[in-house]
Amino acid sequence: MTRVHDVGGMHGFGPIDRDEVDEPFHHEWEARVFALNRLLLRAKVYNLDEFRHAIERMDPVAYLSASYYEKWFAGIERLLAEKGVTS
Amino acid sequence: MSDHGDGHGHEHDHAHDHASSATMSQRVAGLVATLERKGVVTGQQLDRAVEEFLAHAKPANGAAVVARAWVDPAFKARLLADANAAIEELGFDMRHWSYVKLRAVENTEHLHNVIVCTLCSCYPLSLLGPSPAWYKSVAYRSRVVRDPRGVLEEFGVTLDPGTEIEVWDSTAELRYLVVPRRPAGTEGMGEAELAKLVTRDSMIGTGLCAAPPR
Repeated sequence: MTRVHDVGGMHGFGPIDRDEVDEPFHHEWEARVFALNRLLLRAKVYNLDEFRHAIERMDPVAYLSASYYEKWFAGIERLLAEKGVTS
Repeated sequence: MSDHGDGHGHEHDHAHDHASSATMSQRVAGLVATLERKGVVTGQQLDRAVEEFLAHAKPANGAAVVARAWVDPAFKARLLADANAAIEELGFDMRHWSYVKLRAVENTEHLHNVIVCTLCSCYPLSLLGPSPAWYKSVAYRSRVVRDPRGVLEEFGVTLDPGTEIEVWDSTAELRYLVVPRRPAGTEGMGEAELAKLVTRDSMIGTGLCAAPPR
């Protein structure tokens, strides 16, 4: 089954926008999400495949409308809930 | 789609309704507070992880690897054969998250390599630093595998029509580093000087290295 993250070869996403400020993080919260993921991976709360899979399981509409670190946050939230860490 | 801050509003940005940054900021703070309470992480650890990442992951690392490969054919051979072992000789590694295999792919007169991650955003972070927003965009991910030559032209890279283009799709377990061609006219330059010519985009394959203007 093809899911929405599997965009290789898909048409219609428009031109590549390279005009952005090349900063690693645009907001403080993005840096925190990045760091959180790194620490949770290191602590083996989940692994990289589980993280990727959590993002890939996002609702397609949510996937396409979320910014990069919003997707990460959604993945982290989901995994922590599924693993009973936050629930 | 890309990873904008607020208020950029390019007409072709499919940004839809990003949760506002203030909302995201609150949600992240809420989750961090919960995790602190449960003893999973501390805010201080998070700050340190960000600092560490920004201090150590930079394109100068990849550039040092490429420059060494340009001046030392034996190193280049080792790099192409076993990139993980070769970058360790220079003090770098790919173990920031968990073990990730690195493969170096060399540009030649007849072959140009480009990297992408069509499924997400896999990237050799420790060698190239934080990835640019366009690398993570669905526009780049979807199109570079279908029309690499057209995408490269947009990046200002026009290749000889006879040059073959190989597009490498990264995964969570296997990342790529492009070894760009050493520019002509740099024969007398030392390794450190050469490293300055190696751009991030040249190691993604969306750029070429140029000799310094005389």
